[in-house]
Amino acid sequence: MEKDLVIIGGGPAGLAAAIAAKEAGVSNLLILERDNKLGGILNQCIHNGFGLHTFKEELTGPEYAARFIDKALKLEIPYKLETMVIDISRDGDFKMVSYMNREEGLVTVKAKAVILCMGCRERSRGALNIPGYRPAGIYTAGTAQRYVNIEGRMPGKEVVILGSGDIGLIMARRMTFEGAKVKLVAELMPYSGGLKRNIAQCLKDFDIPLLLSHTVVDIKGKERVEAVVIAKVDENSKPIPGTEEEIKCDTLLLSCGLIPENELSGGLGVGMNRVTGGPLVNESLETDIEGVFACGNVLHVHDLVDYVSEESAQAGKKAAEYLGVNEEKDSCDKERCAIKETGGKSDDKDTEKADHFIKINAVDGVRYTVPSVIRLSHMEDRQTVRFRVGAVYKKAAIQVLAGDKEIMNLKKAALAPGEMEQVILQKSVLESIPDLEEVTIRVKTD
Amino acid sequence: METKEFTCIRCPLGCNVVATLEDGRIVSITGNTCPRGAEYVTNELTDPRRIVTSLVKVTGGAHPVVSVKTASDIPKGKIFDCLAALRSVELVAPVRIGDVVLADVCGTGVDIVATSNVQ
Repeated sequence: MEKDLVIIGGGPAGLAAAIAAKEAGVSNLLILERDNKLGGILNQCIHNGFGLHTFKEELTGPEYAARFIDKALKLEIPYKLETMVIDISRDGDFKMVSYMNREEGLVTVKAKAVILCMGCRERSRGALNIPGYRPAGIYTAGTAQRYVNIEGRMPGKEVVILGSGDIGLIMARRMTFEGAKVKLVAELMPYSGGLKRNIAQCLKDFDIPLLLSHTVVDIKGKERVEAVVIAKVDENSKPIPGTEEEIKCDTLLLSCGLIPENELSGGLGVGMNRVTGGPLVNESLETDIEGVFACGNVLHVHDLVDYVSEESAQAGKKAAEYLGVNEEKDSCDKERCAIKETGGKSDDKDTEKADHFIKINAVDGVRYTVPSVIRLSHMEDRQTVRFRVGAVYKKAAIQVLAGDKEIMNLKKAALAPGEMEQVILQKSVLESIPDLEEVTIRVKTD
Repeated sequence: METKEFTCIRCPLGCNVVATLEDGRIVSITGNTCPRGAEYVTNELTDPRRIVTSLVKVTGGAHPVVSVKTASDIPKGKIFDCLAALRSVELVAPVRIGDVVLADVCGTGVDIVATSNVQ
């Protein structure tokens, strides 16, 4: 089987990328999804708060997903469910995507371009190194969310939550709604990793305590969780002896961070960013392997699905450009421009210059940026650069330098690691600076 | 003069909004980046309301439950009454997004509607 574009994952990223690619003229495309329906994690996120940016109304997760699924179906975008991609490799310029499902067995698709939309997964107990037995009753928050919201089963009655990521906060309210007693949320860091509104509406509304700088140091119970021991931690996140407290419970939920799921990207040999755990990408969200794009949580973990959709639409559009769907039209436009600007003579030196790379440096509190490099020749008039900060800042500013010249200074009342930030770079500004090699984004504090 | 702090929940920005009160009357609201922040805090001080999302049992479908929400916000004090009312509802598949699952929940004048499809 040969495809122009294969999209790996049918969650919010895959759907938005496929829709944008199809709308840009790519018709020989295919979405591969391992679950039994499209929509990804949104299907179990039954709470409201999605879509304020995209649809200007507040939707629940399944409703937000349905808007995209309906559109994909209307556009007749082909997809396969319960289909697991097991490997991607290269064969010349082609990408060989091997997948498996019950009907077809093992199949390899020859693709001209691939968009990686595999999302992320939760950090598990094994990755957290919590001492104690391995009794039943320990779940990641997302697993518990699936049990409750999809399968209609309650994982327990008395709950302690470790980690204050958004899924943990949402599950604190959800379990309370279903009659469980959520005793507390313990957070290792001195600040929450979740959105402020979720602390307000999921914890404060129900008087659930949030203990910052606390962690679980022991799990009691052999068959089933009977209690957990929490302790205060010092500034190096080490438990402080003498601060231990035993909390009786039958369930421990873990909401301790999300990790982009990049086994396939790794197998393909895509260059990775050690901070995000996702691929390194340029302005087109293209990895260091030509024709391989990445977007959504597989690229970097987002706080809002609206941004996932926006980013993924960009990846879909850029993949279409790569495939040359608009090649004819594009080259005509380019020719026309060239004629206008140089009177018909194309200037080799200019072309060379246009292809140069501008590196984006993340420094002074900015942990990373997506993209990390911009090719001026491929840049749109406005380029969104997304990033996260590494600590909580009050009354700070995001400063953007082109070379050593300040081109932006955005005042921020507060910055927090739990919230994604963005700046929009103008192509005209970057072009106006001769021989620009680096753009630097930093947190400026007074 | 008394001040009360709120985290606005109307959007993910989560503005820290401060209301200044005099004899229980609001004299000023600051810290909000949009009018919804002021509206939210005014409501919090007079008639706090929430959108409630939960599940309802379904028989004969691909899933045993369907997700639902209040079509608009309801008084915060009625959240648990509303959840209790939902426990006795049982639907038969198919259920479509937007279907009214329970009309006028707990006398709030607000309907409960389905937010996912069950075939």
